[in-house]
Amino acid sequence: MFDNPFNPSELLAVAPEIGLTIWAFFILSLDFLKLPSMNRRALGLLSALGMLAVMVLSAVLAPPAQKSTLLLGGMVRNDLFAYVFDAIFIVAGALTCLASIDFRPVKAGGEFYALIILATMGMCLMAASNDIILLYLATETSSMALYLLAGFMRDTPRSAEAGIKYFIFGAVASTIMLYGLSLVYGLSGHTGYQDIATAIVKLQPGASSMMAVFALLLVVVGFAFKTTTVPFHFWAPDVYEGAPTPVTGFISTASKAAGFAILIRFLLYVFSPMPQFQTPASLVWVAMMQPIAILTMFLGNLLAITQTNVKRMLAYSSVAQAGYIMIGVTALGYAATRGELTDALPTAIAAVIFYIATYMFTNIGAFAIVGLVSQRVGGDDLKDFNGLSRRSPYLALGMVAVLLSLTGAPPLVGFVGKLFLFRSAINETLVGLTVIGVINVLISVFYYLGVVRAMYVDRSPNEARPFPAPVMTRWVVIITSAAVLLITIISTPFWDLALAAAKSFLN
Amino acid sequence: MVTTTFSIPVLTLIMLSPVIGAVIIAILPKERTDAIKTVAAAAAFLSLLLSFLVFIGYNRDLGGFQFTEQFDWIPSLGIGYHVGVDGFSAPMLLLTGIVLFGAVLVSWRDNDRPRSFFAYLLLLVSGVFGAFMSLDIFLFLIFYEMVLFPVYVLIAGWGSTRREYAAMKLTIYLFVGSLVAIVGLLVVYFQAGASFDFLKLSEGVRNMPAAQFEQVRPWFLAIFVGFGVLASLWPLHNWSPDGYAAAPTAVSMLHGGVLKATGAYAALRFGVQLMPEAAKYFLPVVVFLALANVLYAGLIAFNQKDLKYIVGFASVSHLGLVLLGITALNEFGLNGAGLELFAGGVMTGLMFALVGIVYGRAHNRNIDELNGFVRIMPLAAVGFVIAALTAMGMPGLPGFPAEIQIFMGLWQAAQTNSMIVPGALNWWYGYIAIAGVLVVLITAAWTLRAVYRVYFTEPANPEWQRLPGLDALEKVAIVFMSGVLIVVGLMPNTVMAVVQSGVQLIVKALGAVGG
Repeated sequence: MFDNPFNPSELLAVAPEIGLTIWAFFILSLDFLKLPSMNRRALGLLSALGMLAVMVLSAVLAPPAQKSTLLLGGMVRNDLFAYVFDAIFIVAGALTCLASIDFRPVKAGGEFYALIILATMGMCLMAASNDIILLYLATETSSMALYLLAGFMRDTPRSAEAGIKYFIFGAVASTIMLYGLSLVYGLSGHTGYQDIATAIVKLQPGASSMMAVFALLLVVVGFAFKTTTVPFHFWAPDVYEGAPTPVTGFISTASKAAGFAILIRFLLYVFSPMPQFQTPASLVWVAMMQPIAILTMFLGNLLAITQTNVKRMLAYSSVAQAGYIMIGVTALGYAATRGELTDALPTAIAAVIFYIATYMFTNIGAFAIVGLVSQRVGGDDLKDFNGLSRRSPYLALGMVAVLLSLTGAPPLVGFVGKLFLFRSAINETLVGLTVIGVINVLISVFYYLGVVRAMYVDRSPNEARPFPAPVMTRWVVIITSAAVLLITIISTPFWDLALAAAKSFLN
Repeated sequence: MVTTTFSIPVLTLIMLSPVIGAVIIAILPKERTDAIKTVAAAAAFLSLLLSFLVFIGYNRDLGGFQFTEQFDWIPSLGIGYHVGVDGFSAPMLLLTGIVLFGAVLVSWRDNDRPRSFFAYLLLLVSGVFGAFMSLDIFLFLIFYEMVLFPVYVLIAGWGSTRREYAAMKLTIYLFVGSLVAIVGLLVVYFQAGASFDFLKLSEGVRNMPAAQFEQVRPWFLAIFVGFGVLASLWPLHNWSPDGYAAAPTAVSMLHGGVLKATGAYAALRFGVQLMPEAAKYFLPVVVFLALANVLYAGLIAFNQKDLKYIVGFASVSHLGLVLLGITALNEFGLNGAGLELFAGGVMTGLMFALVGIVYGRAHNRNIDELNGFVRIMPLAAVGFVIAALTAMGMPGLPGFPAEIQIFMGLWQAAQTNSMIVPGALNWWYGYIAIAGVLVVLITAAWTLRAVYRVYFTEPANPEWQRLPGLDALEKVAIVFMSGVLIVVGLMPNTVMAVVQSGVQLIVKALGAVGG
């Protein structure tokens, strides 16, 4: 494993992670110093700006490689794929910091922002990891921080409950995944993805290759938990509802994105379904993805219709969104099986990346607005949104933009994203899956428009009182709704970036 | 492909001039209402002038799509910025310019937050312009959805009767309708070559193997009915009278006169012209819905006392005629539909303008309570009579050549072979033509009677006689729109010839497929 002498310049490959760690401790020490000018608000703003600075600086200092390279003893991969995911996590983290500043119940201080930064750091490592040890450690790093964040409102029983539930379910899922990883190690004798892959291809058909299938299933449990896909979605509604609302936005986007990053890298590298590396295990996961996608979409959308609490509704909606992303994962599995590495596979991977990035903006915006409404009105049930358009027209408008984007209505970016996903599915002649996806879009219109209806048609006794949005939340809403609108218009550079990331992943 | 005969991108300018107007208005301070209105009128006039230039500059001997502009936008999805007009859409642009100009003039007296009002109004119109010129379906959808938002804000913010309810109802109907149409279009997109470009996509449909087309064909209904919602196709027309009753005058004018035409236009362009074979298969059935439009509007209009509802149903009936013309699927029917879209659009705009003028003064729209208005606004009475006679199909006004062609088209269509039932004729078209003629006459008579009640009765209520008469701008708007109706009525060929050159392409496409 340590054949190569350690070259300090290789550390640049983990520049975002190093920068984020430094920044987390910097924020913590600022908090300890208790400088008069450093109140909680300033800390939040500083955390957000620092994260963005890390993102920009690491791109300048250590430009991500177009060709995927193995660094640091084979532990991490340096490629554009990892960097694009890093950028998604960092932007999500920064927006979450901004949205938390004015979310009073969480009483966000230095430790809150440091935890967000550390969780983001863990996710960045997840996207880069090329070794099952690092995969596990990185996943745990981000999860531990997220468990604490979910239970951060100590005086609210629901939040504490959410933290504990998230922790218990998460611990069980990661234990199962760890068991699977240990089986993988036992079968191959290696921890690096490529070494494992070569060893698994050489396994004798029969018992040991069946064992590989079993190991794969156990590992996928961990991925399904992270990405809230059926049947490991069940924790999401309770945790999303109880967690501080900005944190819910973070868990539902960045953490899910990290789940998809490790899923794609692990499954394509370790259990590669490409013709020359096919094993029973790789065929199993490719076959599994389609039913998972269908069940996840239907379950998320159908249960979302019945919800009366907007946070719970958005939780089920985010399960459904994971289902849409799984359409892309199914397509990339099929493309890899066909050995279509030059066109179909990168397009499918890029569709997944593009969708995740745009979904990140929409959901964080939605939860920022929900968080604000719950503070001002005192709850986040559907009826608490009644008459919002008359109390705060621009906030209601922002909510309409993100909800319609989640639905997938043109001209918002959700439409373009879904189009990319559906097209990659059609490329693999997955017509049935695409039709089911479209049916689900139509189902989702009911509950997304239900919120719009409440905001614009239903009346509330407090309508006369205006509803000013605090400045930081207002910025989050402006940024996310502008992204939702503008990424459609200038989608080509974003798509090209996603495509370059997908290609760098394969090179 | 004929490229632009002007060296400037004139279509983009038509679409952008309202946007630029809206931006300037947004910058202006709130108090300078006169400057705001002047900018709005200037932007409206500029787009009217440019659309008129396109209309007369369109070379109808060459035919096809002209003034085209094309750029790549999202090449990975086959999406481009592709605009152009053919004989069918050039008059639509002119219509939009005419009604917009009239709407701005008529709204001059309103002083309720004029800055946001005119900014939203101009945004709405730029979406309509964009929709009529889009040759890329994705672009069309973006313009289409872009229209819904300002319409919602304008009705909910500036409307009258139950405005929030009506605005939401209208928006949800049109939004869901568009989603259904999008689903249908996506199926075609995925099956026929993954390009949103209308020309490439229709070629893809033409080259599709028969077995594959069998699977795609039913989705034609999703496209036609989805866009049909915007054209108030029965039984999905319900948003329309409520929406128009609630909307401020300018929005009623634009929505009833122009935006609905977008629905019929889209159903024709992205339904019939994209999938001519499917149109021949299904439209002989859909024709009953179009007849129901005319029938229903006629029956309901009898029970209406509210002047705005009466005009609202007149517009449902007018779109019913257009849809009847389209479902005839022959040259007569389509020519008539194109002319009816133009004439009926101006007519509906004029009617809503006149209703708005009366309502703005009297704050009453009940025809039993209004009387004797001819004394205070004789010109309005003349305008209303012209509009009502256009609806009725009076020779000398453009309603006549439009309606006669539609009914001739329907009569002729009775001789076509049915595709659903091989070997049979679509014999019911003849009866539909007869029923249509009768109902249209009755509907229009009712409208005329409303005019009589409001204007020509004895002035029973002295309060009305103290109301101010028309101001100069309102007179200009009425004379302008009635003038358009008279000119086109006397010389229908000005519009007809252009429409014909567009229709010929569609007829050729229809003739090339079986049945």
